[in-house]
Amino acid sequence: MENLSALDDRRDPLLIAERWIKDGRALALATVVETWGSAPRPVGSHLVIDTEGNFEGSVSGGCVEGAVVAEAADVIETGAPRLLEFGVADETAWEVGLSCGGRIKVYVEPLG
Amino acid sequence: MRAEALRALNAERRARRAAILVTDLADGSDRLVREGDVLSGQFGEALQRAFRSGKSGTVEAEGGSFFLNVHLPPPRIVAIGAVHISQALAPMARIAGFDIEIIDPRTAFATPERFPETRLAAEWPEDVFKRRPLDAYTALAALTHDPKIDDFPLKAALETGCFYVGALGSRKTHAKRLARLAEAGVTDEASGRIHAPIGLDIGAASPAEIAVAVLAQIVAALRSRGLAAVTESRAA
Repeated sequence: MENLSALDDRRDPLLIAERWIKDGRALALATVVETWGSAPRPVGSHLVIDTEGNFEGSVSGGCVEGAVVAEAADVIETGAPRLLEFGVADETAWEVGLSCGGRIKVYVEPLG
Repeated sequence: MRAEALRALNAERRARRAAILVTDLADGSDRLVREGDVLSGQFGEALQRAFRSGKSGTVEAEGGSFFLNVHLPPPRIVAIGAVHISQALAPMARIAGFDIEIIDPRTAFATPERFPETRLAAEWPEDVFKRRPLDAYTALAALTHDPKIDDFPLKAALETGCFYVGALGSRKTHAKRLARLAEAGVTDEASGRIHAPIGLDIGAASPAEIAVAVLAQIVAALRSRGLAAVTESRAA
């Protein structure tokens, strides 16, 4: 069927995830579920990650993706979802943060 | 998210239908809710609000935390008329993030040379809509000045509930148009939704300036619709 929707096959993380699942790759899906203050990506934004650390999409402007990808490996292995929080106000818990001063919560779950 | 849920969600998105993926944040279990599904109770109301506002977020209900990820189809513009204004509107609309399609049965106008890298149909709107129907997430701009081409898509856009309907032409031209639409069975209330003369009043003179005015009016319609819904959900 013709793609009516203007979805971008090459960049849309959920379309990419569907192809990766077809290829038999084990995946995790990260989703921004809450933001406070100035956050680079809106609630609902996705990052899809495989066991090799390949990823597509974004949950921030590149500030926390590295940490999310590292957590994703554990989530794929254990099969248990987890909720991560990032922000400059939370320096004790997280070394990485958002330079823009916002805070975000990212839900990471197995996909497939 | 289950692979099945992902496939079902992507199928809805490809077909330009609104859907919400509900995830229980405690255990990651999910379910897909389609627009038009019967929704009841407090949770149902939260889902309905989310469909209206397009805002994703967490809802506390039934003793748990649920994340609602709202997927509304990306906004699209259908321009009737492969005219000078459309030549300027097509690249501007793409830059602003809209998918745009130009429809004009006059093959001398609807040529790929005049509209590079643009979805273009050198056909009657009636025929194109059979394959790619209008929907609530589509803006329709009728730009040909020719009732034979413009009237049908205007009527169809009003019936479908397109979020924006605009028509090129002076007040005098529009008065005649309203009379024709009334004769075709369109109510005054429905035809009152047509923006005519088309475009925000910025004194636009050239075709490119008119395209700016039209695009700005489409953005205003899209965002005010969203803002109204958000205000409503805050008040509730």
